[in-house]
This record gives sequence, C-alpha cells and structure tokens, in this order.
Amino acid sequence: MTLDRLTASRRAFLAAAAGLAAVSAGLPARAQKLQTKAHIVIIGAGAAGTALASRLVERLEGAQITVIDGRAEHLYQPGLSLVAAGLKPAAYTLSRTTDWLPRGVNLIAEPAAAIDPVAKTVATVGGQVLTYDFLVVAPGLVLDHDAIEGFSLDLVGRNGIGALYAGPDYASKTWEAASKFTQEGGIGLFTRPATEMKCAGAPLKHTFLIEDIASRTVGKGKYEMHYAVPQTALFSVPIVAEKVRMLFGKRGIASHFGHVLKSVDADRKQATFATTDAAGVTGTVEMPYDYLHVIPPQRAPDVIRQSGLSWADKWMDQGWVEVDQKTLRHRRFPEVFALGDVAGVPKGKTAASVKWQVPVVEDHLLAAISGGEGTLAYDGYTSCPLITRVGRAMLVEFDYNNNLVESFPGVIAPLEELWVSWLMKEVALKATYNAMLRGRA
Amino acid sequence: MQEMTLATLIAVFQEMFGPVLFWALVTTVVVITALYVYVLIRDRSLSMRRFLLAQLSMPIGAVAAVTFVEVVTDSHLRDIGGAIDVIVLLGVALLGAFGFAVLVYTAQSLVRRQPQKAG
Repeated sequence: MTLDRLTASRRAFLAAAAGLAAVSAGLPARAQKLQTKAHIVIIGAGAAGTALASRLVERLEGAQITVIDGRAEHLYQPGLSLVAAGLKPAAYTLSRTTDWLPRGVNLIAEPAAAIDPVAKTVATVGGQVLTYDFLVVAPGLVLDHDAIEGFSLDLVGRNGIGALYAGPDYASKTWEAASKFTQEGGIGLFTRPATEMKCAGAPLKHTFLIEDIASRTVGKGKYEMHYAVPQTALFSVPIVAEKVRMLFGKRGIASHFGHVLKSVDADRKQATFATTDAAGVTGTVEMPYDYLHVIPPQRAPDVIRQSGLSWADKWMDQGWVEVDQKTLRHRRFPEVFALGDVAGVPKGKTAASVKWQVPVVEDHLLAAISGGEGTLAYDGYTSCPLITRVGRAMLVEFDYNNNLVESFPGVIAPLEELWVSWLMKEVALKATYNAMLRGRA
Repeated sequence: MQEMTLATLIAVFQEMFGPVLFWALVTTVVVITALYVYVLIRDRSLSMRRFLLAQLSMPIGAVAAVTFVEVVTDSHLRDIGGAIDVIVLLGVALLGAFGFAVLVYTAQSLVRRQPQKAG
C-alpha cells in the first residue's frame, strides 16, 4: 500500500467518524434540573411508578423520592397473552423490581398499609410512617378470584381451566390447559368480568390466538368457540367492536352478551352465568366447556379503597382513585396523583396508556413544586396491538372519545390485520416498555 | 408513538438486543462499511468480477434476512396482510441483500488484495 492510499483511507475513516459525531449531536440535551427539597412518595414500582421515578430523578435535584412496593418481581404484563398461547416462556415477563429503579430513589420493599391524605402520611406494613409533600399512587389493581364461586387458582392448568391474568406461572399453566384443547377440540368458553379491567383487548387476543392454533392443530369442525361477556358489545370503541364482530363471524366464534361468570364446577366442566338479555330480563344459564378462560373482577387494592381517595359516586364496588381525567391529579387532594390501573378514568389500563400518562403527571408535579400549573393533558390514549392470529395483529389506538388515534396514519391501518402490527407486539413492544421504565421513551 | 426521536430509537434498540449486542452490531456494520469504503478507495475502482459474485450472493442475503425475522417473531409468509407488510418484507429482504453483497465484495477484496484486471 502506498502512502497516498494510506492517507486516502485515513481520510475515509475520519469522514465516517465525523458522520457518527453528527448523529450524536442530534441527541437532545438534558433539561436543567429543578432544585427542591420536596419528599415525593410513589406507591407501586410497576410500569407507572418505575417510569415516573426514572424521569423525576432526571428532572429534580435535592428531592427525596421514595418508592414503596413489596413485590420483588417486576412483571412485563403485556407478555402474558403470549405466554398463555405457548409463544413465550414465563420468564419472558419476569425481571426484578430493583433492576429498573434508578439510583437516587429510596425503595421501601414492603407493601403500603395505609394512606392518610389529610395528614399526608403513608404507613407501610412494616410499621414505617412516611410524611410526603406529593404522593403518586400507582399500586396497580387486584384480581378478585374469590368472586367466582368454585374457582381457585390451584385449578388453573387442570380440568381445562385457564386464567392468564394471574401472573407468569398461571399464564404458563393456562397454556397447558389451552394447548390440550387445541389438540383435542371440544368447547372453548372465553369470559371477561363486568368491572373495569386492565387491557380489555386481552380476552379477545386469547380467544383469537387459541382459535387460530386450534384451527391448525385439531382442525376446523372439531371445536366450538364461545365468547361470553357481561357487556353488550365486543369492544368499548364502537368502530373496533364492529370489526371484531366481523372477524368473529368469519372465524365462527359465537358471542353471548349480558353474561357474568358467577361460578365454575370444575368436576362437571360447567360454568354458570348470571344473564341479562336485551330486554333487561335477568336469569341464570349453565354452559359446558372443555376449555374455560376465567378473567375475574378487578378492583383497586384495599389500601386505596380504605384511604378515602376513591370515587364516592362512581365504580363503588371497584374503588378507583378520584382524579381529573386530563391531569390525573386528585380532585380533592391536589398533592396526590394517580397513575396506571388504579386511576379512576374511563380508559387507560394498559402499559401504553402509562407511557402517555407519566409525562403528564411529571409535568403537573414539577409545576406544582415550582408553584405553577402544568400544561400537559392526558387524552385517554390507550393502545392495544389486538392479536388476531399467530403472526397478525391490528394496531388499535384510541382516546376518551372513542376516536381512533393512529401513530402511523396512512401507513399502518388500525383495523387491518397486519404482520407489521404483530412484529411490533413481538419485537418492539417489550423494548419500548423497558426504555419507558428507564425514563427514555 | 409519542415522541420518535433518535435518542428514543437508540434506547429501544438497546433494550431489544441488550446494550452490548446492540453496540457490537452497530460496530460491525460500521466496520464492514468502512472496510468497503476503504477497499474502494484503495483500489480506486470497482472490480466487476467481485461485484458479480457480490450480486449473485444477494438472494442468499435476502432469504437469510427474511427467514431470520420470521423465526425470531414466530411468523410466516402467510401472515402478510396488507401493502405495508409487503413493503416491510421487501425492505428486510433488500437490507439483507445489500448487506450481504457489501460483505461479500469487501471480503473478496481483502482476501485478494490485488485488484482484478477485469475491473
């Protein structure tokens, strides 16, 4: 190699390096930190609590940030549908709470036992009492399995019973029961509760996935699919409900509206529903099954319901926190915010909603610390990559007004079953979720 | 997507592959591209014989890339549902094809340092 050529190649390398430097210069600069001595307590180290803590650490200097959560494990809940269809192992959804919390946050690894919003204190199960300047409640929700007579979690995976919401191990056991159905056929019975619930698309995803796998395993004609739900539509957003109704028709999935699951007889493989027909006539009906998917009623944790933070005239049996639906700020206690599943807003019990909610609470919290008012508003954004087959999904996104809110207008059609939407769910979603936990997405 | 900045994209890709593998992949791409540019500058010409072999290897890269994406995502060609799916599929295939062609050309040039007469 001549000296000439060496110089030329060195120049090429320098040009490449300059290109890289230009790319990194495009990264946004960090905003200046806000000085404060405020004590911010966050109840819950799930998606919402962790994401907010990560962002606050970047924005505040001198603040005391305490996260209270007794759970050692962090669950990537959007993955449970994939585990319950045998597409991912249980470990796919599992990590440790401490893996995600940023430095500078004090974690109290025990559950919160009581909140006094008047005295501004939180007591933990271990007896610690913390005084806060600002409180963010994000403890998630509880699954009320006891509300279904004859059902208990030890039945999951046996006698054709599944319950994927109950956690990674139960989602895995759900697949044991569901895969037997997809191999042997019979009657598949899929339910959802009458209460508000997290990811209202998940009952549909599970139904679609099990039907798809059964159609390619035992084969059409060997199984029946029944979707029995308390509601009067297949989805809360009318335009999506219509699309799902059409898909159900094509796939031979029968809908039964006004059906609330009341009890399960696991030995006889019979499920009993309280029914209300279109004319308002009530009754009881027993339905046989070979595979039953149970989703129990969902409520705010007791610590919230006993704190006086819940709505007094809405969701009385569920206890969601009384917040302004745009600011997520408590309507009676302005130093309290709610995030995620526990927030008493009409939509938004998904991880994608949390991603939209966290910057809003961050904005209003920082403004409150500086003595001003925040400007951001949460519009009810909720997203659901509604899986319709292994390999296809519809990227359904909507707001409080049931409007479709497309992230990729004109590119990814929300009501079209697409491979691209499936790729997002399979590949990009968990990565985006993890980046959100670190406050970087 | 709420805020699609370069920083967000990098953060998401780091989470997808893990920071070590992600930056190792980025480095590999940069190194191969830099080597490609280096051999072009060194040789001051495109060797048509090497270029032909690189072109012939493109379908292998395309099929390998599509197969990789399908295996990783539990999906199949039957799942292509709309125009955007076809575009993404072609994009994956093209990336695989060009990436592999550049690799094949560069590898040949580095192994056989003297440029071919045909070039």
